[in-house]
Amino acid sequence: MVEERRASDIIANSIIWLVTLLLVCLCVLPFVAVIAKSLSSAEAVRTNQVNLWPIGINLDNYGFLMREKAFLGAFGVSVARVTVGVTLNLAVIALTAYPLSQDHLHIPGRTIFKVVLVFGMLFQGGLIPTYLAYKSLGLLNHFAVLVLPVALNIFFAILIINFFRGIPKELSESALMDGANHFQILFRIFLPLSLPSLATVGLFAAVTHWNSWFDGIIFLRFEEQWPLQSYLYNQVTMRRLEGTLMSSQFHGKTDPSFLKDATPEALAAAMIMIGSIPIMLVYPFVQRYFVRGLTLGAVKG
Amino acid sequence: MAVRSSVPETAPAAAALSEAYEERKPPFRTVWRQHWMIYAMLAPAAVLLILFHLYPLWGLSIAFVKYSAFKGVMGSPFVGLDNFRRFFEGPDAFNIIRNTLGIALGKIILGQAAGLAFALTINEIRHTLFKRVAQTTTTLPHFLSWVLIGGVMVEILNRSGIVNRGIEALGYTSISFLGDPGIFPYTMILLETWKEFGWGAVIYLAALAGINPETYEAAAVDGAGRWARLRHVSIPGITPIIALLACLSLGYVLNAGFEQILVFINPIVFSTGDILDTYVYRVGLLTGEFSLGTAVGMFRSVVGFVLVWLSYWLADRYANYRIF
Repeated sequence: MVEERRASDIIANSIIWLVTLLLVCLCVLPFVAVIAKSLSSAEAVRTNQVNLWPIGINLDNYGFLMREKAFLGAFGVSVARVTVGVTLNLAVIALTAYPLSQDHLHIPGRTIFKVVLVFGMLFQGGLIPTYLAYKSLGLLNHFAVLVLPVALNIFFAILIINFFRGIPKELSESALMDGANHFQILFRIFLPLSLPSLATVGLFAAVTHWNSWFDGIIFLRFEEQWPLQSYLYNQVTMRRLEGTLMSSQFHGKTDPSFLKDATPEALAAAMIMIGSIPIMLVYPFVQRYFVRGLTLGAVKG
Repeated sequence: MAVRSSVPETAPAAAALSEAYEERKPPFRTVWRQHWMIYAMLAPAAVLLILFHLYPLWGLSIAFVKYSAFKGVMGSPFVGLDNFRRFFEGPDAFNIIRNTLGIALGKIILGQAAGLAFALTINEIRHTLFKRVAQTTTTLPHFLSWVLIGGVMVEILNRSGIVNRGIEALGYTSISFLGDPGIFPYTMILLETWKEFGWGAVIYLAALAGINPETYEAAAVDGAGRWARLRHVSIPGITPIIALLACLSLGYVLNAGFEQILVFINPIVFSTGDILDTYVYRVGLLTGEFSLGTAVGMFRSVVGFVLVWLSYWLADRYANYRIF
């Protein structure tokens, strides 16, 4: 690129940097405000002094949550959900993508399958038919409802189908000639070649599972079965609406003298941070995979 | 040597043979013997499709009966389109459809514009580290759930929050971003744009990175300044992707953002904040009007399906894009 060192160019550069910096602040500062609140003393939070820097720094709110069984339980459910859910997602995606990518093979019924697949992605029965279907399948109030219905992620499957299509058909054809079966071709040739793509899809699936909360609150009746995000919806969102932020939930379970020092607002802030931290910590290192995920499906065979 | 020389002779013959073989379409028995594993691989997805995508469609029949949980669908009296009529002739329909379309369109237009503008801005930055930091921080909100974002935003947007303290410090009266029916939809549009503009820019940036640098150099040699290069190289270079996203956005016209609205909505702002999805959830599931909820949900599913299908058709026709 030709560099011009003219006055107008320097001004333009400054404006571009300034605008970008402003947008970066706009994205970061809300979280800074919440972190500050979660780390501040109860007194400072109650009198609304905290802005972007904690006042009277302490870890009491986090310490309180680390002793709160319901919170830890919800965290555990989320971890279990991500682990089981992503494993299932990837297994089903790999198994589904291979047959649908081998266009050169004559497989009767495959076109119908594809049509149903795309239809299933684009048309949902809606909330109530879905609820009644899960109920009649005996999935309600069971951990499986968080991972089984979403085990086949059609959108991700299509991404991987398109990626598999980019693998030369000569590879699988020659393997077939040499006596390999389709499972061997999938596991020994396709999976090793597509590890980065599968990792990308796995990361997206992990984020999706970690962030899901609506399925928890409607399909699981008992709060101790809820993943963290559903728990947070109940604790942070619902209690704000009821205007009784957490007061009843935490009362009686802990040392009353401590509760006197905690404010619901600061506790909510700490909860929000713990819910965000796994993603905030991992995201910068895996960002390039996510960005690649956007162009994954663009490979045309 | 003999083996080698036989290759060119048999290759065309083999090709012709396989062509004839494909034309003949072998009986299913042969296909099964050769490729039964293909069907085995598809079995899990087939089961999941049937159980979780096709089987629930049976429940749509609830929309056409006066459903009672005790009698079941078959035992409940058939009422035809009464449930649809009840919704469309009821007092809520107009507001809800207007809110859904208004919020969704606002998000589409502002969101696309913001993503594009940000991509063009950040594309001008040569400093790699700053560019990367800016991209990481602005895309991060996309990966956090609305529950978390909701918690953060309520903290800073409420009456005593940091934003309103800033507004008051400047001498203005505080704004009720989430509790004023006149402001609520705009807050939703702005928050969605805030959450997604960084991620929205990524796809444009990928397209911008695909423009041949020589084009910029040639333009610069011809005396094109920064604006001229932006207008005559960058923007034309990403026009196909702009067209594609414009086509696909048609599919989002009924998608006002269920999870977001559900996190922020409260009874004070129902008149301007209630959308089809939250209505189905509240009336259908929470108050137990299953038939009405199913009818409204079905209306949304069917129209939404047609819109998405249409958007794919447009994308195929005008932007050369296919999902398969």
